[in-house]
Amino acid sequence: MVIKARVKRNTYFDSITLMKIARTLTAINGVEDAAAIMATAANLELLKEAGLTPFDENAGMEDVLLVVRASDEDSAEAALQSAEEQLAQRPGFTSIDGDMGGQKQPRSLEQALQLLSDARLAVISVPGPYAALETDRALRAGLHVFLFSDNVPLADEIALKQLAQERGLLLMGPDCGTAMLNGVGLGFVNVVPSGPIGIVGASGTGIQQVMSLIARLGGGVSQVIGSGGRDLSEEVGAITTLQGLRLLQEDEETEVIVLVSKPPAPAVAERVLEVAVKGKKPVIVIFVGADHAALENRYGNRIVVTRTLAEAAQKAVSVCGGSDITTGTWHIREMKAVRAVKTARAGNQFLSALFSGGTLCDEAMHLWAEPLGAIYSNIPIRSEWRLVEAGQRVEGHCAIDFGVDEYTRGRPHPMIDPSLRLKRLQEEASNPRVGVILLDIVLGYCSHPDPASVYGPAILAARKQAKHEGRSLTFIISLCGTEGDPQRLSVQATKLREAGAEIFTSNADAALRCIEILR
Amino acid sequence: MNTISNTSAALSVVNIGADLFADAIEAQGFAVTHVAWRPPAGDQHALMTLLADPRVNEANKIAVERMLSAHPVIVDVRPAHEVISALQKHKLLHAGPPIEWERMCGPMRGAVVGACIYEEWAKDEPEAVALADSGTLDFEPCHHYNAVGPMAGITSPSMPVFVVEDKTQGNQTFSTLNEGLGKVLRYGAFAPEVLERLSWMQEVLGPALGRAIRRLGGVDVRAIMSQALQMGDECHNRNKAATSLFVRQVGADLVETGRSSEETAAVLRFIAGNDHFHLNPSMAAAKAITLAGANVPHSSVVVTMARNGVDFGIRVSGLGDRWFVGPAQYIQGLYFAGFGQEDANPDIGDSAIAETSGVGAFAMAGAPAIVQFIGGSPADALRYTREMYDITVSSNPLFGLPSLDFQGVPTGIDIRQVCRLNMLPVINTGIAHRLPGVGQVGAGIVYPPMECFEKALSALAM
Repeated sequence: MVIKARVKRNTYFDSITLMKIARTLTAINGVEDAAAIMATAANLELLKEAGLTPFDENAGMEDVLLVVRASDEDSAEAALQSAEEQLAQRPGFTSIDGDMGGQKQPRSLEQALQLLSDARLAVISVPGPYAALETDRALRAGLHVFLFSDNVPLADEIALKQLAQERGLLLMGPDCGTAMLNGVGLGFVNVVPSGPIGIVGASGTGIQQVMSLIARLGGGVSQVIGSGGRDLSEEVGAITTLQGLRLLQEDEETEVIVLVSKPPAPAVAERVLEVAVKGKKPVIVIFVGADHAALENRYGNRIVVTRTLAEAAQKAVSVCGGSDITTGTWHIREMKAVRAVKTARAGNQFLSALFSGGTLCDEAMHLWAEPLGAIYSNIPIRSEWRLVEAGQRVEGHCAIDFGVDEYTRGRPHPMIDPSLRLKRLQEEASNPRVGVILLDIVLGYCSHPDPASVYGPAILAARKQAKHEGRSLTFIISLCGTEGDPQRLSVQATKLREAGAEIFTSNADAALRCIEILR
Repeated sequence: MNTISNTSAALSVVNIGADLFADAIEAQGFAVTHVAWRPPAGDQHALMTLLADPRVNEANKIAVERMLSAHPVIVDVRPAHEVISALQKHKLLHAGPPIEWERMCGPMRGAVVGACIYEEWAKDEPEAVALADSGTLDFEPCHHYNAVGPMAGITSPSMPVFVVEDKTQGNQTFSTLNEGLGKVLRYGAFAPEVLERLSWMQEVLGPALGRAIRRLGGVDVRAIMSQALQMGDECHNRNKAATSLFVRQVGADLVETGRSSEETAAVLRFIAGNDHFHLNPSMAAAKAITLAGANVPHSSVVVTMARNGVDFGIRVSGLGDRWFVGPAQYIQGLYFAGFGQEDANPDIGDSAIAETSGVGAFAMAGAPAIVQFIGGSPADALRYTREMYDITVSSNPLFGLPSLDFQGVPTGIDIRQVCRLNMLPVINTGIAHRLPGVGQVGAGIVYPPMECFEKALSALAM
């Protein structure tokens, strides 16, 4: 039998806490009796009576004294160790602790992690000036980050992405709209079946278009990694895109990789595509608006370079062997559906395209520029076509991106709040020179729960008015979504078709249809 | 995906920002925790740097361990000039951060006038004002000499002060003796009865307490506060229990060392007649606790919060003696009959040292009776304390609160968390009349200006 003691100098614990600790010690194998006390004279007397003396320690009334009587040295040591650990546990107590009516909603990431200790990912959408701090905290806590916030300083983005990279974590964003990790859709995202196609991309609506069309074509998606709008810039150097590419190359469930972006900085494109071609998996690249011929020349024999988002989706599905649909037949099928709608030709009239998705707008403008000429825009593909302010009216074709800052400052994105775009739709519809109005409608999580119920009546009213005035006015809808989306593609399509709009699930097809009408 | 799917098939998500994103994840059937986020205060980069700096966490641990180890004991009562050698003729200590005579608020100016007459540096108010106007008087914060004073906090050389010693660190801290309520110097009164009382305190009360305490070998303030917290005091706005415990401890020695039974009876009557008598030794003890945590390089723990009726100032462990100030705020609370908000002076006094050390409003869960001052319920008392855990480094097991399962009071305000959560420390306090000499007109709660914490944050990050 041994009696061992330990002293914690100048430390105070209340007697209840100490008694509780002592009780846990007696449960340890080999321990006969144990005490944890403040070493007052009265308490020391009690030890003597309990047969917990003598021992080789001196303690005073300011000290905590731990005493154990055990069958052997090791058991005693183990018990003292345990007692010390219990004393050391003075856990960070916060307002969310306890059963005594404490608030259950955490005030910070750290508090949230107390509640959800297995969390692996943070979704951050706080205003830009505050986003870096939250992101830094999340990364340092070992979480991947989906960062929706925009207006994050470039220097912060670079530093944070480097931090993420060092820690083997993904920082998707800032300004990242869409991702899907292990089946969890993040941000504005469509519901798609799981499958062998991995997507990495810098464009939210571009990714939504590709993933929706993959689902439409019977394909499935493994992971979707968003990188944020600036990732492929010279300054950021595609840190996230490269991480994403490598992850998809190593991911067992991914067989084909689709890379979606606006044209990257040339040096960055080079670096990214070098990594892409070195992998064993087929890579399909859609750089919306890029010089297709140049890319095709340089990389065409090693990767698939496509012109449109739809084509990228289609190639991905066919590479997987999941579908025998080829570009031509698919287009024809879509166009057949269109033919049922009786439309008037709109020669000498203008096209007015009102987009909520920047990449969809960009893609359409590139398709239009050659056959239609000048396309005025707030995100023009040629500087001389720039609208000084988005509200500016011009005599000509125009394409407006309602997702840019000037429309989203202080209000939700047009994919959630249709009011600004709806107002503009009514203005454009009453302009006798406008013959075709194109709208993109993006379905999926986080988007408006029933956009057709908003745009349908507006389209119907506008067409009625035009008819009354003896004008021809055609509505074309680029409808991005899937049957699995909360809004359901078929339900939305039916409502919009009933309002008299022509519906295309491929943005490129919608754009081409406009040309057909206008020529 | 190796970095993701290896760990868990389904990701649990924390959502910070728009709840739209949390709703979408929930709708997909995955676990998500939504953070009740609000914009942090202060420079975001400074905050980010300091939150990520392991040296700050380490320093805070040291600072708070020292605070928790402090063992303040009242060892004596002596004239202030004997224990604060710099406090000699024409020098006065005041509450809060440094302030010049010209900027002082009404109650503090009144107290300065009273102190000048009491010290016989002036025979009346005009002479005292002339003396102050002439620049002859030397003003300095009590805190610069490890002293603390409630309200105006004016401490002059002849006033008796409690001498509190931290038995662990060996520091000494000081506070004046509490004069009671009504017309008193700390609220700026200097009528003859105020000065008479001060003279009696100097000649009778101070020496009597000093004799008794010396004979007793010291009064363990930490033990008194610890028990008082379990008896309904929070040791700032409610001091009934601590005052009673103090009398119980010193009573016999006061009698045995007393010069006459009349005198001893007067002393005991004076203490018993003032529920706030123990506020001052508790403040000196709180000062000893916070002083123990001072001057730890890199530490972001607040070691001083004090107000002079115009400015609110804080000092931070890792930033030495620098004050970070902002405008003193008005107190939200209840007014005594006949008084209202228009009568109130902004926040004043060194008593916020209580909250700095972990008691006062931070211990409100132990003092449900006083939440009536702010029109609250006992549930609010629990909430006030519980919230303060979010902005403090640790809890003090010496000051356990029965209503929180004997969890210790939240201790060691971290300026990083104050800014991060945009959540200010809450302070219980009395409301002083803005005119000298009227006295206390109410009580309630008050917050420091965020500016103090923002400035300190930027300074610490440099």
